[in-house]
Amino acid sequence: MSAVSFESVSRLYGDVVAVDNVDFEIQSGEFFTLLGPSGSGKTTCLRMMAGFEFQSSGTIKILGEDCANKPPYDRSVNTVFQDYALFPHMNVRDNIAYGLMVSGVGTKERYARTDEMLSLIHLPDVGDRKPSQLSGGQRQRVAIARALINKPKLLLLDEPLGALDLKLREQMQIELKTLQRQVGITFVFVTHDQQEALSMSDRICIFNKGRIEQIGSPDDVYDRPESEFVAQFVGSVNLLKNAQAKHILGIDGTAMLRPERISISAADANKPSRLTGWVLEHEYLGPYIRYQVAIDDQLTLIVNQPNPGHLSAEERFARDTRVSLDWDDTAVHAIQGGKK
Amino acid sequence: MNTAAVAPLQPSMLRRLSTWFYIRPRLFLLTLLAPPALWLGVVYLGSLFNLLAQSVFRLDEFSGQVVYEVGIGNFIDLFRAANLDVIVRTVVMATLVTVACAAIAFPIAYYMARYTNGKTRALFYVAVMLPLWSSYLVRVYAWKLILAKEGVIGWVFASLGIEPVLEAILSIPMIGGSSLSFSRLGTFIVFVYIWVPFMILPIQAAIERIPRSLLEASADLGGHPSQTFRKVIFPLALPGIAAGSIFTFSLTLGDYIIPGVIGNSTLYIGQVVYMHQGMAGNLPFAAAFSLVPIVVIAVYLTLAKRMGAFDAL
Repeated sequence: MSAVSFESVSRLYGDVVAVDNVDFEIQSGEFFTLLGPSGSGKTTCLRMMAGFEFQSSGTIKILGEDCANKPPYDRSVNTVFQDYALFPHMNVRDNIAYGLMVSGVGTKERYARTDEMLSLIHLPDVGDRKPSQLSGGQRQRVAIARALINKPKLLLLDEPLGALDLKLREQMQIELKTLQRQVGITFVFVTHDQQEALSMSDRICIFNKGRIEQIGSPDDVYDRPESEFVAQFVGSVNLLKNAQAKHILGIDGTAMLRPERISISAADANKPSRLTGWVLEHEYLGPYIRYQVAIDDQLTLIVNQPNPGHLSAEERFARDTRVSLDWDDTAVHAIQGGKK
Repeated sequence: MNTAAVAPLQPSMLRRLSTWFYIRPRLFLLTLLAPPALWLGVVYLGSLFNLLAQSVFRLDEFSGQVVYEVGIGNFIDLFRAANLDVIVRTVVMATLVTVACAAIAFPIAYYMARYTNGKTRALFYVAVMLPLWSSYLVRVYAWKLILAKEGVIGWVFASLGIEPVLEAILSIPMIGGSSLSFSRLGTFIVFVYIWVPFMILPIQAAIERIPRSLLEASADLGGHPSQTFRKVIFPLALPGIAAGSIFTFSLTLGDYIIPGVIGNSTLYIGQVVYMHQGMAGNLPFAAAFSLVPIVVIAVYLTLAKRMGAFDAL
C-alpha cells in the first residue's frame, strides 16, 4: 500500500490554479522530494497532505484512506515547518512533548519520551532552554524531534533547511537521511534546491506551474530528464535544439549535454575533435573551472573542466583561446517530445 | 597633476552637521534622547517624587495650613474604615471592569487580527477608535441619558414587556439602584464602554504577531482547536491582555468623572483625591491617597509577572 496517493488532484485559489490535475504515489518508507521553483505547487501539495488545505477536486489518500475532510489533528502525519514554528512561550522539552500532551499522555511518560527524542537529535542538554536561546541548526533538530514524537506514519518537511548556512545545510542533509533510515518512516521533503533533492531523495517529483514534469530517481531526473524544464532546473545544462541538435548530435528535436561530460583541450589541427570554439569566459569554481565556449554566433556551450589541482598554465584556457571539445556518445541525451 | 582639478563643492552646513553626527553615533543618540530623558527624569519622576514628599506632611485642621513635619499620619488615615471602603470599592470595580473589557475585547481583537486585512481592518480600527474622537464628557453624559429611567434601555425593556427583568436586576443589592444611571451596574457599564478600545488594540497587536504556522503546528501535532486556543493562542495573547489591562485597570482606578456622573454617589479613589486637593485643600492627604493606585498597580504588575503574563514577550 502506498503511503500517499494523489489522484487527479487540483487546487484553485479563485482563478489561480496552484495545483493542476496532479497524480502521484509515494511508497512506504520512501524519501520522496517535491522539487520545483517557488509557486510551482509543491508546497500546496505538502499542505494538502498535512490537512492545512483541501483540494478543490480529486482524491488524496494517506495510507489508503481517503482524507477529504480530515483536519490536521486527525491525521497520523506530522510536519517540520519552514520557520520551525516552535512555540516561543514553551521550553524545548514542552515543545517536543506538545504532541503527547495534547493527546493526554501523562507527564512522566511524556518527559521520558522527550528525553529519548533529545538524545536522538544529539541535543540531550537543551531541554530547559527556550527556542530563542537555540541556534538555527538546533531549532531545526528540535522541530524534527517534535514532529517525530507522535510516531507519525509520514513526516512532511517544508523546506526545512532553507534558513541554514551552507555548511550546516550539508551536515543536516546527511543527518536527515540517517534519521530516516533510523526511524524507517516515509519522508516527504519539499525544496527548491536541486542539490538538496539529488543528495537525499529516493525519488524526486519535479513540479512546474502546478503540474508534474517528471517523477524519478535522482539519476533519472539528472541524466535522463524527460523535459527541457527538468533538464534546466536540475543542474546546469547545454540544450541543443532542432537544426543544431541534428547537425552536431544527429538527434531530432532537443538534446541535452551536461557541462561536466564535455572534455576540453587546446585546439590541435592534427587531432580530430567533435567541435572547436573560442573561450568566451572562464570562472574558477573550486572543484572545476567553468568555460563558456562559443562554437559559432548561435551556439555557446558551457563546459566544466575538473580541477585536479595541478593544471598547468597551458591547461587552463584564457579568453579567446581556441579549444576543442569532445564527449562520449553516452553523454548525449535526447529529450522526448521536445516540449517547450 | 597638470590639469586643474575641479574644485570640490563646498558641502552645505546641514550636510557637514550630518556628517559630524554620523561619525559620532553616541553623541547623536544622546542628542535625540536628552529631551525625553529630561521630560521623564525631571518633569515626570520629579512630580512623582514631589507627590511622595507631600504625602508625609499634614494639614493643620485649625489653620488650614500645611505643616511641613514628616509623619506617617496620612498613611494611617488611609486605613480608616471609610477610606479603606473607598479603596476596596475602586479596586474591585477596576478588576471587574478589566475582566469584562478583556472578555469583550478578545473576540473582536481575534477577529481583527485573523480574519481581516487591508480595508476591512482599517474599518475595524476606525470603528474601535471612533468613540475616542468625541469628547469623553459627551460620551459619559450620553450614557447618563441612555441609562436613565426614561432612557432607551428602559424603553426597550418596557416595549418588550420585560420591565420586571430590569426591576429585578436593579433590586439586586450592591449593584442595583433606582435606575441604571443611579446604580453601580451603570457605573460599571460606562467604565467598560469607555475603556474597551484600550483593551482591543493591544490584544489585537499581540494576536497579529502570532505566526499562522504556530497554529498549524499545534493542529498538526494533534491539538484540537480548543487546545490550540488554550495552549498557544491564549498564552501568546497574554502580554496583550496584560498591556490592555494596565490601561483599563489604572484608568478605572484614577477616574473621577464617571462615578460622579453615573452611579449611586458612593465615592471612588479619584473623587476622594479630587475632593481633598480641591475643596478641602488637604494636599498632603490627597497625595497620600493618590499613591494608592500606584501601589495597587505595582502589586498588580508583580502578580501578572509572577503568573507569566510577560513570558511570551
